[in-house]
Amino acid sequence: MTDESIKKAEHTVSAFGEDLQKLTDMIVRMGGLAEAQLASALQALARRDSELAGRVITSDQRIDEMEQEVHAFVVRLIALRQPVADDLRNCVSALKIAADIERIGDYAANVAKRAMVLNQLAPVRHIAAMPSMGRIVQELINDILDSYVERDVRKAIDVWQRDEEVDELHTSLFRELVTYMMEDPRNITAATHLMFIAKNIERIGDHATNVAETIHFLVQGTPLRGRRPKGNDQDYSLTTRQPAGEGTE
Amino acid sequence: MNTQAPAAAQSAPQADAQQPPAPQETAGAPLLGPGETPKIASRDVHVHYGEKHAIKGVNLDIKENEVTAFIGPSGCGKSTFLRCLNRMNDTIDIARVTGRITLDGQDVYDKRVDVVQLRARVGMVFQKPNPFPKSIFENVAYGPRIHGIARGKDEIEDIVMSSLDRAGLLNEVKDYLDQPGTGLSGGQQQRLCIARAIAVSPEVILMDEPCSALDPIATAKIEELIDELRENYTIVIVTHSMQQAARVSQRTAFFHLGNLVECGDTEQIFTNPQHRLTQGYITGRFG
Repeated sequence: MTDESIKKAEHTVSAFGEDLQKLTDMIVRMGGLAEAQLASALQALARRDSELAGRVITSDQRIDEMEQEVHAFVVRLIALRQPVADDLRNCVSALKIAADIERIGDYAANVAKRAMVLNQLAPVRHIAAMPSMGRIVQELINDILDSYVERDVRKAIDVWQRDEEVDELHTSLFRELVTYMMEDPRNITAATHLMFIAKNIERIGDHATNVAETIHFLVQGTPLRGRRPKGNDQDYSLTTRQPAGEGTE
Repeated sequence: MNTQAPAAAQSAPQADAQQPPAPQETAGAPLLGPGETPKIASRDVHVHYGEKHAIKGVNLDIKENEVTAFIGPSGCGKSTFLRCLNRMNDTIDIARVTGRITLDGQDVYDKRVDVVQLRARVGMVFQKPNPFPKSIFENVAYGPRIHGIARGKDEIEDIVMSSLDRAGLLNEVKDYLDQPGTGLSGGQQQRLCIARAIAVSPEVILMDEPCSALDPIATAKIEELIDELRENYTIVIVTHSMQQAARVSQRTAFFHLGNLVECGDTEQIFTNPQHRLTQGYITGRFG
């Protein structure tokens, strides 16, 4: 038997193969929903659309339910099929990825919640880094789900490395918001919410890198080694920092 | 990473017309590292049954006081290879074994080796429990007697009792030692066979699917026993149950079409096999 034919070979017990395929489909659906949740949350933020934000908040429950479904399905698979090797890694990875996607869903809902609060406040100045950060994170989620479906480690590593851009944008956004707050204290409430929103989006990127690491383990059977590049090592210091000793009382 | 698998897979097509098929390169770690002495070492072992090339150049080290499991689909050569280790294939006229197998560095196929002595050092337990049609006591006493291991009656009795005890059977049979061994349950009979094997103080015990005729409880008892026996013996077990290989062994060797495809730590074989064939077999994709 050739290398290729083994790779493509189906399980002798076809129901087992179908179960594993179903598991992959469950994760992909869950990921797709989380992706849509994030898109809607960002849209609600940009368009000051409280109704859309409200829908995002209620839909998050569905992602939580899906995570429970994945858990139950994996436990059943392990009990009934006793998977080993790549099948076992498949099951364990599904559990981990489902947990990451569930967190991504939570963060999207958090963005929506804060967007609703922001809509009650006066509009703040356009924050340049926010849409680009949202767009990159959406791409990361989209790519990591593709990489999961295709079992494409290279694509996963690419996502893992690209998260650096998100970290960098987050840092610059942080500085920008602090500047606004210093300029006019009336901005503090809105800017603080925006800061949390940015943090939530940045965390979503981190979960995408977690999924990348899981995909590496799933395909190669080994952990993804090395230190992930991080933008400026998250240097939150401000350029306008005052010299020591000249602080206010 | 998966560096071994492609190398091993690519070696297969090179086996072409002019020469006998080159043995497949074995993935994983079939040989022990420097500084480790194998109990049994096999180098370029081939077995032919008449025209059939049943074992194709196996290189494998078996470590002392460990359980090594041989797995693979039916007809892959795992039992044939097991039977080479104590020259059980000698009894088959058309079987021809070449290459080198050593036990503690000593060639077991050397002309000067007394096969009966060899089989006392390398005992065997078979698939179907095969007690002699004698009493339980005599089943165990037979080996030490013919090998002249024990002299007096007391010494024989000591050996029988300690062997039954080590085989985890003594408590169940101590009041029936004069009853026929064939009257025991399947699981008890198999443990009697293990007691019989260890009565001659072997160094290695070969087990050829020892649990395939047993129910799950009897199987669990044998597996527990194997784990205990490992302390004093080197054990090689052929099994069709991959879960059993995973449960009892420290090292696993996977055979396919007479090739040793992969050998490595059992944990690694069952979590991240290096060779696609191993992965395909243990995950139930062929075989």
